[in-house]
Amino acid sequence: MKGTVLGIEGTAWNLSAALVNEKDVIAEVKHTYVPPIGGIHPREAAQHHAKFASHVIGKLLEEGRKKGISASMIDGIAFSQGPGLGACLRTVATAARALSLSLDVPLIGVNHCLAHIEIGRWKTPARDPVTLYVSGANSQVLAYNMGKYRVFGETLDIGLGNALDKFARSAKLTHPGGPKIEELARNAKNFIPMPYVVKGMDLSFSGLSTAATDALTRASLEDVCYSFQETAFSMVVEVTERALAHTGKKEVLLAGGVGANMRLREMLKIMCEERGASFYVPEKRFMGDNGAMIAYLGLLMLNSGSIISVENSHVNPNFRPDSVNVTWINPKDLEGDA
Amino acid sequence: MYLARGAEAVLILEENIVIKERIPKNYRLQQIDERIRKERTRAEARLISEARRGGVPTPIIYDLQDFRIEMQYIEGSPLKHVMDEEMSKKVGHLVGRLHSIGIIHGDLTTSNMIFSNDIIYLIDFGLAYMDSSLEAQGVDVHVLFQTFESTHSDHEKLIASFSLGYRESFVSADDVMERVKEIEKRGRYA
Repeated sequence: MKGTVLGIEGTAWNLSAALVNEKDVIAEVKHTYVPPIGGIHPREAAQHHAKFASHVIGKLLEEGRKKGISASMIDGIAFSQGPGLGACLRTVATAARALSLSLDVPLIGVNHCLAHIEIGRWKTPARDPVTLYVSGANSQVLAYNMGKYRVFGETLDIGLGNALDKFARSAKLTHPGGPKIEELARNAKNFIPMPYVVKGMDLSFSGLSTAATDALTRASLEDVCYSFQETAFSMVVEVTERALAHTGKKEVLLAGGVGANMRLREMLKIMCEERGASFYVPEKRFMGDNGAMIAYLGLLMLNSGSIISVENSHVNPNFRPDSVNVTWINPKDLEGDA
Repeated sequence: MYLARGAEAVLILEENIVIKERIPKNYRLQQIDERIRKERTRAEARLISEARRGGVPTPIIYDLQDFRIEMQYIEGSPLKHVMDEEMSKKVGHLVGRLHSIGIIHGDLTTSNMIFSNDIIYLIDFGLAYMDSSLEAQGVDVHVLFQTFESTHSDHEKLIASFSLGYRESFVSADDVMERVKEIEKRGRYA
């Protein structure tokens, strides 16, 4: 696989850019928007990205030069085209278009969800996994089948991370709420029943978030955090197991910021052991949103001819992963694995 | 005799009775696990009986315990081995009747239909639920059409004859078939 690609991620609160080639991540620079109060305000996050984009990219190019990669050696510019917050996406897309035009190299519009999967396939031994992708806004179970990554199950309302954050705010915990909830859950004494909503292969978390907030009036914060986690994680592990059974695949890959939670990892590990499947978790820097994954999928797409013109580079806040033709996988390479 | 093992249950045949038992999942708390298995077992048994009352042939329920259902063994051949256009029309009748009484099967495949003594029985209500929305009915039919496509070479004819039967027994059939087309365009793997 040829070339070096510069990728920019900025779908939500993390602005991150990276230079990647076939071998490794050459350099990565990020600047994260941290809300002073409450959650991510889309406009504030976009203004943050606009303010720091030139700084982040400038620093990245400088670090690249130190490692022997000058701007003229870049073969393509990749950016997260969606899904994400519209204002943030537009800011990052503008930066990417400007770079693509000034360096006169192709532009690559990357689907953010698929980038999470591909960096996992790159940085772990997973080859043809069922991916559980759980982040703030997204909660999906995906797997490759006949030219596309199919969505086997997904949330019908809000993402798992968003549900955790909403509850955390109502409990006066600061953003992001997930790590604090995980910490508090360790000291719980009782389990409180909460709504467990799996509809076939799909999930719903909004009622669970409301029920957890409501439970705070009659139970300790620790017990509520624990019960919330146990219920929500059981739901996503169940759907992941169903997808394994349905597809006959033998690997599970965990992706997205919520994947940092150790209890979730433990549950997935138990499920995989009982089914005889392998379980893979990328290192932390590749789990949450990062520029390296955008650059890496950009590199795969560049090498398989999936580039776009500036005229057709509109962002798509609802960009579905199953709408992308997977040009970079030859199904024959996966044969014998499934 | 061991019949099958799915993602959440095992099926055993004992003296001509089918026992479906939901197995524990060690990744989730016992309290969650038992509640879910109990709720789903009860719901499944109820929907099997409900469908039968509504004129859709299903196994007779003999006994219901916390995590297990004992039911009639339907001896016959899975429909996927005897599928043709005439059968497909009968399947249309069946699914139309099921949808008229507000039940979604959730896993309509030609392996979940048994042809026995000239009657088609619908089995495995593990993913079934009550819903009268066009979307749910559309997805139900869409899933069936996908199994037509993946397991039967003459799937276009099968879809056409299914639609005939479906229209005869279900008043909203045309609306559902419209929705099925829309769902196909979405490319969603339901």
